[in-house]
Amino acid sequence: MNSKPVASAELAQNTLNSVALDPVTLAVLKGRLEQIADEMDATLFRGAFNPIIAEAHDASHGIYDSLNGDTLIQGKAGLPVFVGAMAFAVKAAISKAALRGGFKDGDVWIFNDPYQGGTHLNDFKLVRPFYYRGELFCCLASVGHWHDVGGAVPGNYNPSATECWQEGMLIPPVRLYDGGDFRPDILDILQANSRLPLSVYGDMNAQVAALALGCERLTQVLDQYGVALVQQALLELRRRAALLMRQQILALPEGSWSCDDFLDNDGVVDEPLRIAVDLKISHRPEPTLTLDFSRSALSCAGPVNIARSTAIAACYVAIKHLFPEVPANAGVMDPLRFVILEGSMISAEAPKPVGGYTETILRMIDVVFGAMAKIAPERATAMAYGTINALSITGTRNTGAAKGKPWVMFSFFGGGHGGHPEGDGLNHGNAPISMATIPPLEILEAAYPVRFTEWSLRSGSGGAGKHRGGLGAIYEIELLEKQAQAYVFGERARFAPQGVLGGGAAKMNAFSYRQDMAWHQLPMASKGEGIALKQGDRIRLETPGGGGYGDVAERPEALLVKDRSQGYV
Amino acid sequence: MFESRTEVRVDPSLVIGVDVGGTFTDVFVLDEALGTIQVLKVPSTTGRASGDQSQGFLAGIREALKAVNPLGPSSAAQVGADSSAPGLSHAAIATIVHGTTAGTNALLERKIARTGLITTRGFRDVLEMRRRDRPNTWGLWGQFEPIIERRLRAEVDERVLADGTVLEAVNLDQVKNETKRLKALGCEALVIAFINAYANPINEQQALAAALEAWRGERPSDLGSGGSNLGEPYLSQPNLRDLNLRKATANTDYVSAAHQILPEIREFERTSTAALNAALQPVVGKYVQRLDEGLKQAGFLGQLLIVQSNGGVMDVATTCQAPVKTALSGPAAGVMACAFLARESGYPNVITGDMGGTSFDVSLIANGQPALASQTSIEFGMVIRSPMIEITTIGAGGGSVASVDTSGLLQVGPQSAGSYPGPVCYGLRDQEVGGSAMLGPCVTDANVVLGRINAQKPMGKLPALDVAAARRTIGRHVGDPLGLNIEAAAEAILAVANAKMAGAIRLVSIERGHDPKQFAYMPFGGGGALHVCAMMKEVGVTQGIVPRYPGVTSALGCVIADMRRDYVRTLNQALGLVVPESLRESIHGFVARGRQVLGDSRVKFSGEQIGVELDMLYQGQSHTISVPVDAEDAMSANFGVAMIETAFMRAYRASFGQTLEAVPMRLMNLRVAVTGVRPKFDLSLMSPKPSGPVTPDNALPMRSVFHAGHWLEAPVFARMDLPVGFRVSGPALFEQADTTVWLEPGFEAQVDRLGNLLIQARGYTYG
Repeated sequence: MNSKPVASAELAQNTLNSVALDPVTLAVLKGRLEQIADEMDATLFRGAFNPIIAEAHDASHGIYDSLNGDTLIQGKAGLPVFVGAMAFAVKAAISKAALRGGFKDGDVWIFNDPYQGGTHLNDFKLVRPFYYRGELFCCLASVGHWHDVGGAVPGNYNPSATECWQEGMLIPPVRLYDGGDFRPDILDILQANSRLPLSVYGDMNAQVAALALGCERLTQVLDQYGVALVQQALLELRRRAALLMRQQILALPEGSWSCDDFLDNDGVVDEPLRIAVDLKISHRPEPTLTLDFSRSALSCAGPVNIARSTAIAACYVAIKHLFPEVPANAGVMDPLRFVILEGSMISAEAPKPVGGYTETILRMIDVVFGAMAKIAPERATAMAYGTINALSITGTRNTGAAKGKPWVMFSFFGGGHGGHPEGDGLNHGNAPISMATIPPLEILEAAYPVRFTEWSLRSGSGGAGKHRGGLGAIYEIELLEKQAQAYVFGERARFAPQGVLGGGAAKMNAFSYRQDMAWHQLPMASKGEGIALKQGDRIRLETPGGGGYGDVAERPEALLVKDRSQGYV
Repeated sequence: MFESRTEVRVDPSLVIGVDVGGTFTDVFVLDEALGTIQVLKVPSTTGRASGDQSQGFLAGIREALKAVNPLGPSSAAQVGADSSAPGLSHAAIATIVHGTTAGTNALLERKIARTGLITTRGFRDVLEMRRRDRPNTWGLWGQFEPIIERRLRAEVDERVLADGTVLEAVNLDQVKNETKRLKALGCEALVIAFINAYANPINEQQALAAALEAWRGERPSDLGSGGSNLGEPYLSQPNLRDLNLRKATANTDYVSAAHQILPEIREFERTSTAALNAALQPVVGKYVQRLDEGLKQAGFLGQLLIVQSNGGVMDVATTCQAPVKTALSGPAAGVMACAFLARESGYPNVITGDMGGTSFDVSLIANGQPALASQTSIEFGMVIRSPMIEITTIGAGGGSVASVDTSGLLQVGPQSAGSYPGPVCYGLRDQEVGGSAMLGPCVTDANVVLGRINAQKPMGKLPALDVAAARRTIGRHVGDPLGLNIEAAAEAILAVANAKMAGAIRLVSIERGHDPKQFAYMPFGGGGALHVCAMMKEVGVTQGIVPRYPGVTSALGCVIADMRRDYVRTLNQALGLVVPESLRESIHGFVARGRQVLGDSRVKFSGEQIGVELDMLYQGQSHTISVPVDAEDAMSANFGVAMIETAFMRAYRASFGQTLEAVPMRLMNLRVAVTGVRPKFDLSLMSPKPSGPVTPDNALPMRSVFHAGHWLEAPVFARMDLPVGFRVSGPALFEQADTTVWLEPGFEAQVDRLGNLLIQARGYTYG
């Protein structure tokens, strides 16, 4: 046991009872290890250059198995979808390292390959093998959404991409630090391929700093508790998460339930794309929850495909929202089964475009919510707004000190959450896959030549119900510079977020723009590129609310009156 | 009566600190003339039924005056309001300083004034949309009720751009009409918050004047009431000192503008802070006014001061205008006291831990100065942005409930039994109908079962504790599921609670780049001292300090707190474009305003401190770091870009261990704090009797304590009787009215010259 300090389930399994692990030490170590991941999150948020990490917290950190990449410990503050995806990313780094002579102490591997590591090209994963007293113990990993990684569209939400290279640079796992030695050539390549090289430099540095801090903290914990005990605790936490998940499954009735929904289009071909789940609960021989997505659409031309790893990460997010009491580690996944067919839009391979992955995984989460509402009404949550509405406005400064310099304003926008057993849905929440906050409009106005003309709740956008869906929002933006182009990547403009248990659907997404005082819509509804704006022209987003919960006939009269008097409906 | 009392010639010599908590009101009395101190705890029950906290406060002052020795050589005349009662009169009091939770409780219980908001057209929902967040990462069941309901949020035509340009002047007719409409809808307070008003407040200022006119027009009878209810820029008018405070606080013109409260970029945070402030004005205003009136009627002629969240004090008029600044009033006073005690005892670097019934509050004091935070959330979406003592709170207190989940993992908190029904041993749970019988045991139950708390002599005026019930509950809820005996289960509860609390200490130290080994640990509050050795072990701290009166630390903090004003200006400029003259001008302007406020306060100061800080970042970053600048430098003619650049690099390196090359810097905010230092008292007033041998009188009967798997016999000492220099090795217990100190084996305690118990690890080796 002491000879091999590897935090691996396989190895530790054989020596399960060799170290006494009392429940108290377990609880204490759980807190210590989670704090390490939280501290790495905090370090990156503070040090990052781009607001998508610093403000929107589109990043994540954790501790992973050094043999198979399984998630051992996860930070609380990071982006939920990364919690599932990072295991695949670490595994990709492990596989690549094996081809290149294996890990070395001091290595930091960097890459953004979405087909191996999940999500999309903006998400740069840094993996650092962690050595304790000369032996590989586990991996630490950091992922963050970089502001611009090249490609055809600033900020990389290219709604008409048909190959990944149109979406941005693709970097396979390579060593950024080779046994502790920094390789500036790698940074040169990364910076040369971004419209915002400074941001690349700042974000990369902050991620490296977060990993260094994680190593320091983990060393302290191992010094104090010893390898065997920490290893045992990691294994035990995983075992207990699996146990809790199985207990949750046993509490549900056996059977199969379905929910279907659609994406508007893929941005290239204007046809709806089905996302459907058959959710099956079985108690024997093992408690198992199967998510079968076989009825979903085949891979498509545009960028709403996702890699299989991303699809599994999305399921993890859905399950964690429905069972928040289960801890965040790989154990949760043990009793889950996934049926994802080859050739499906949710098992894409290179070079299928995947830039709009957020929209597809949001729809997967929606259908899992929809199916679960039929099984367990006490856990039923109506669908949330279901689109991130990624908007870039970009141009060149014509005045001031920055004259001649390009600018890119990029933001995601919010919407309503679904009604639930405890009450109405939250107005203007963040997407279920993220804990992202929106930058203050005053910060945006100070940084970019735009002004907001409206920033308000969208009356009537929540689905009716015993518990009403939360409201979406209206954002209207006017250009102050002479000219600019806008790019938008949204969904839910043709298929509304659904209610559950008889609750009504929310209002759909609506994107419009004003040129020379005339308002227009986009052919692909809420996906468009290169929208030409002149000074005084406007962009208007009206985002969906959440679906309703239960029959509106059961809504108390007082609440109906309040909805009207407050202008919520 | 009031008139006659003013005739009495007394030289008021008492300074009284009052901290009103949920259970007790703590009072700390310093007699500057006699050189004596008096500490007392009185139940906060008086007036609770009527919801009038001021009754408990006034009763506390009366008790304090009775308790102070009236026969002292230089004591003031005894002409108390109640002449039958022995003791000093209210006229003997020079200053009363109050740490209050009135504002925080009002917010948490939503017992706030109906408030209206007037804002820029298109933006009435800023307050309700927050920053597009949710309360919990996992589970989408969050809800949020804004403190100003939607129908009371009105919009008017006006617009200022980010660079301060007025795109559209404010439509004053709309402002007046909306003001009248909101008042007619029953609003007691009104706040005006426009987009980008931080960059140029002209539209807000004009709207404020128009709204005030319309507001008063609705109630002509209030026109003559006098006191300005405008915020800071108007506060420093010289005539304020002459205003009758009673009139100022009786003012019903609760109309304010956001730039007065917080002229800083970020519309949600600014609007939220201003809205909470407006909604608190009538509530806190009335409370403070009742205190002020009650004290005056009793013959008090001195100054009533209120502690702010930043640890400084403000006068009654300012409190009525900026009640949002009292959000952390009581806890902040406690941290200020610790900073003072630690400094005086020779430990400028301390981490404080205040363990109460439901929470554990941690703060870090480096070089004698408590760390400050820029904002806090009272609850989800209820954001207050204002400089305040950084207090990290976790749900681990004496009332935190232990439970074992279905996978067999032991958890303590965040669920809490609070002070009612409280821990099992209080014996109150049976009276409670419904849920609480199902609750598991609390941290306090574990301490009782293990012999660390004296069940026969609990704190305050509780009856003897029910040890048997505590044992049963621990066995049933923790021991049985984990297969542990009762003592082992109780120790497990403490171990998990200690680990959580240690996590909070690591959070404020390690996460902020401080090595906890460089700090001493100072527990306070009722429960902290029971866990002092455990915290030292967990975090690796080598020095513990238990103050002489840990249970009344906040009241002591009131007595020594300084008077402080904070100012902020948002620049949001590339450092290269900053005009040093303009920056200097702002600094000098803020300092002048601060000095005016201090001068007008009639409070006695022994000195003045100016603090200048810049919020800065690299161009492209989003989060700022706080860059302290030497005040003298900042006010000198040399102050310029080079000096700022050096200060930024130093601060950045301290925070991130590196600086970035060739990246331009940016200056976001200028912050200036002007502090009037109030005279401190000589802590040796608190000293125990001079050193001497410990007589058997000091030692109480031994008690059995369960520790690390065994029952030990531990000597028990009456702490107040121990002389300076007294030294003992653990195991030992120290009992006093407001807390119990548990000295574990392997630790040694010594009484220092100020009566602190200094604790050091001896036999214990870390790791």
